[in-house]
Amino acid sequence: MADMSANETSSSHEMGMHTEQLSGRDQQVFFDLSEEGGFTYPDAYDIDFNKRTEIDVSEMEAKQINLRLRELMAQGHGTIVIKNPGAKHSIAVGILNRLNLIIEGSLGYFGCGLIDGPNVRILGRVGWSFAENMMAGTIVIEKNAGSTFGAALRGGDLVCRGSVGSRTGIDMKGGTILVGGDTGAFSGFMMQRGRMVVCGNAGKNLGDSMYDGTIFVGGEIQDLGVDAVPGEVTDLDRAWLTRKLKMYDLLPAGGIDHFKKIVAGKQLWNYDNLEPTEKKLIL
Amino acid sequence: MCGIAGLIHRNGAGEIGQEMTDMLQALRHRGPDSTGFAIYGVPAQDQYVLRFKVAEQEDLASGFKIHEEIKARQMSVDERLKSLDANILEVEEATEYAFRYLIAYNGDMKRLSDYVEDVEGAEILSVGSALELIKDLGDAGVVSGQYKLGGFNGTHGIGHTRMATESDVDIRSAHPYWAYPYNDIAVVHNGQITNYWNMRRQMERAGQRFVSNCDSELLAVYTASNLEKGASLEDSLKQSIEEIDGVFTYLVATKDELGMAKDSMAAKPMVLYEADDIVALASEEVAIRSIVPHEIDTWDPYDEEVRVWRT
Repeated sequence: MADMSANETSSSHEMGMHTEQLSGRDQQVFFDLSEEGGFTYPDAYDIDFNKRTEIDVSEMEAKQINLRLRELMAQGHGTIVIKNPGAKHSIAVGILNRLNLIIEGSLGYFGCGLIDGPNVRILGRVGWSFAENMMAGTIVIEKNAGSTFGAALRGGDLVCRGSVGSRTGIDMKGGTILVGGDTGAFSGFMMQRGRMVVCGNAGKNLGDSMYDGTIFVGGEIQDLGVDAVPGEVTDLDRAWLTRKLKMYDLLPAGGIDHFKKIVAGKQLWNYDNLEPTEKKLIL
Repeated sequence: MCGIAGLIHRNGAGEIGQEMTDMLQALRHRGPDSTGFAIYGVPAQDQYVLRFKVAEQEDLASGFKIHEEIKARQMSVDERLKSLDANILEVEEATEYAFRYLIAYNGDMKRLSDYVEDVEGAEILSVGSALELIKDLGDAGVVSGQYKLGGFNGTHGIGHTRMATESDVDIRSAHPYWAYPYNDIAVVHNGQITNYWNMRRQMERAGQRFVSNCDSELLAVYTASNLEKGASLEDSLKQSIEEIDGVFTYLVATKDELGMAKDSMAAKPMVLYEADDIVALASEEVAIRSIVPHEIDTWDPYDEEVRVWRT
């Protein structure tokens, strides 16, 4: 394994961009860089996928449900089934380890936010801001999803078989969003990295002010946002789309030849450009 | 933030009072300042339910004199109703300062409304052959218990839990708003209207009347104005998306319709459930699930979407 500590003096430090020394008592050190394979979060659990359990959460508050999930993971349960979630908010957030989580019902707002690693299957619908800031893992939703689906997504596969609301993938920074149905207005707004695939139609202002990333749409696009432009679908794109959609059983019967590709025109802003103050430092 | 909810029974009346109470109580966290209901019973010919108040809840803390003033104001309302040949059939004192009258009347409703509201402290909450509008400070459980809504049977209703952001915490600023002076029309709203003052100025110059500084009242007055000109509810909702700036999702109920509109930014939530027997809408699915506990298919209406359902 590479010695990450050797990279402490990087180019950006040499350029004087990190002069501020943070020393407050809430500045925590999460990783010991000298530890071999030490990239493990605090509150991450070593689980066994074969150890399965079920919980009925119909009479539990969100906080109780999330604490119970942690208790079960601490006991080594690697497959957990949640019954009767009742569209409650903020369920299954901040899970930072591998886990096979099955939710037999619908979730409310802010479900599965900030997760890093679990494989989640939701048999119902999800509300607004689902999987916000998700970092890794896979989530498959069988029904519809609300607005700001996958906002600020950083990694992993986020799949909704039904339709999603507005501002899907707003500010996404990585990962993949797959939508089996339609998506609403302002989807991909200020997108920075990653890929979004919409098998149905997309609402107005698609990809508005996107910095980078790629959006594929199988249906009609109401209109494109500022600086979002059509791109050429390459053989690599076709291969990736086919593989990814097939993986989640979303590949349309007629194939993917009709999919359109939308990318950033990069006339408004280039994500890789340096800030004026940074340019000054170089000069 | 505020929470809104609506429910319509497609096959006759149901326990709309208790159902709306449950839905709004599930949205309590979106706004605990005040709660309001506009619920619709069976319409009666030439008989109207008049809901009005003659003081604010906070006025009761202003001294002993207010209790006498409330009685005097109520007597003054009675006299004015009689002078207009409105026959008072039933009187119910919902709270010390809020009343429910059943009246028989076949005259000009605007004249009656203006004359009643000319009494100091008097504000009509609603007039309708089917509509009963109740709003007060506190969450849905408190208001519903206070006004005994649990046993109310009806066909449809809308409601609101309010987090006061741009006007006072009082009954006047609470939703729903009755669309003065039209019978049976009420509005609840979640959002902000950014061209409120411009629109209000135009409407006031056209003779419309406002009783609060709450931007949501504009939607009620706007709807009433459009319906007066002969527009359908659906036309009015569509027109509002073109003419009103801001971020908003709102519900309108009439004697036999329930409508919704979402602005072009789609920034305020609404979850919709349509079944053969009911249509339920709410800012959050938990409100719908409070009356439909089993797993259901729901979705978010999109930007600029307008829907209308009939009883």
